[in-house]
Amino acid sequence: MSRASGTIVSAVGAIALGFAAQAHAQRGGGPAAPPPSPRAAAPIDVTGYWVSIVTQDWRWRMVTPRKGDYEGIPLTPEGRAVADAWDPAEDEAAGEQCRSYGAPASMYVPGRIHVTWEGDRTLKVETDAGMQTRLLRFGETAPPPDTPRTWQGFSIAEWQTPRPNVPLLLRPAERTADAPPVVPTGGSLRVVTTNLRAGYLRKNGVPYSENAVLTEYWDVYERPNGEELLTITTIVEDPQYLRTPRLVAPVFKKEPNGAKWDPTPCSSTW
Amino acid sequence: MKFAALIAFIVLPAAPTAAQIDLTGTWARSGQSDNVNAVEPVDLLGIPVNEDGRVKALSYDIAALSATERQCQMYPPFYAISGPFPLEISMVREPVTQKLLAWKIAGWGDRDETIIWMDGRPHPSKYAPHPHGGFTTGTWEGDTLTSVTTHFKLGDIKRHRGFSSDRATFTMRFNRHGDILTVTGILEDPVYLAEPYVLTEVFRLTTNPNGFPLTACETIEELPRLHEDPTIAPHYLPGQHPAMNEVTDKYNIPLEAVLGGPETMYPEFRKRLEDRYVLPPPVGGGN
Repeated sequence: MSRASGTIVSAVGAIALGFAAQAHAQRGGGPAAPPPSPRAAAPIDVTGYWVSIVTQDWRWRMVTPRKGDYEGIPLTPEGRAVADAWDPAEDEAAGEQCRSYGAPASMYVPGRIHVTWEGDRTLKVETDAGMQTRLLRFGETAPPPDTPRTWQGFSIAEWQTPRPNVPLLLRPAERTADAPPVVPTGGSLRVVTTNLRAGYLRKNGVPYSENAVLTEYWDVYERPNGEELLTITTIVEDPQYLRTPRLVAPVFKKEPNGAKWDPTPCSSTW
Repeated sequence: MKFAALIAFIVLPAAPTAAQIDLTGTWARSGQSDNVNAVEPVDLLGIPVNEDGRVKALSYDIAALSATERQCQMYPPFYAISGPFPLEISMVREPVTQKLLAWKIAGWGDRDETIIWMDGRPHPSKYAPHPHGGFTTGTWEGDTLTSVTTHFKLGDIKRHRGFSSDRATFTMRFNRHGDILTVTGILEDPVYLAEPYVLTEVFRLTTNPNGFPLTACETIEELPRLHEDPTIAPHYLPGQHPAMNEVTDKYNIPLEAVLGGPETMYPEFRKRLEDRYVLPPPVGGGN
């Protein structure tokens, strides 16, 4: 390192330390202020009533598809064998009629969802179809030991601002040294769900295993006419039953209230 | 001077800016939805057609595509979502300043390229020509690119089923999550649609283009009868589409649903089917 550059580095370091010390002093020298809660820090608003818009995969979602129809889902041979053995009456008799309402499928089931904050660190997602409840927990890293497996599993949520692993494209004016660093606005909700009970991706017994990992990205879009859309990019990874991840993106439209909320229990046959 | 600039770079607070994320690359579609499916000729399930859109769809005979004057008719920009090929996205830079001028989605053999102008230029007059690819502008909303396409030609929007008119508007939202790109497409058409038609497709960044390059289209003799008698215009008269009941026969889905309409895309429509739907036999006729 040359003497000139060494001087610059030293000076910059000193200035940076000075600013840090100044900031610390401005806070009165006490402990750092806690970061805002996930609720306060939300870059997008996903709360409210949302209705499914079923414009794709209609015959696999709006009615129970025929047995053996797993078109579009990259099943392993073992997955196909399980799907071919589907017996809805047996599921119903065993009290397993919620198999197609688990988290990897529940946002794809036609219906309405109601999203609310439960405290400042948990988003609650209720479905009217199947009457399921998902809890999206911020600040968690793993389910506590001995947490029982459930249809909705254990979901860990985080805001993504900016989205990681996305290269930024900076304009020349933003590359100059006197320009402030660019911080993207907007954001997304990332949810990773594990600890699932084995269930169905599709009503006709197309399976996912209890070791499946569900990753979702929730993105909200307010259209110029005020209408709000929610796209949930859904990635299901399950080496036991899927050759490649399941990749779909169901869409919801925001509704002004819960007037059309229609709780309906799980069904294996309809 | 450089010293001052470096200090300023370090101590200035980060500024919230409408960031531009990089979308360049070839994006392979997941292909796990029925966006690309075209098995039964009459299938408007979940497509919010209005009465005119339904009549247009039911009059369509796919043999029309073999007529000389229609062989090089391309699909409208909506086909970027409902078609089978990857999205190849590149940047177009302003030659002097090197600023981003536009995003380019390369065309396929049957879909023209889409140039998403990012320089704030306005859309042309409604009387301006309508090229196959239409005219598209883009804006950043946070780190999401939103594009709006107008001025494209009439074309079919889901593999020879529904149609959009030359007055339609197509909006795309590009949400990138690492190597995953989700595109939400919203098609609005005052002529053939009663409500916006929303489709999504999920893409993955890939190093294998495996595309279908856009090249010059040349007409050939596809159906001899059309060339022997150029007055033939393939179509079906009202109520005479021979495949009208194909979905109902195959999947037991009532014709009321097969003929589409905005009500068919909402969950409450299931109540109208519950007492009428019977699970069809298994694929392959097994148990």
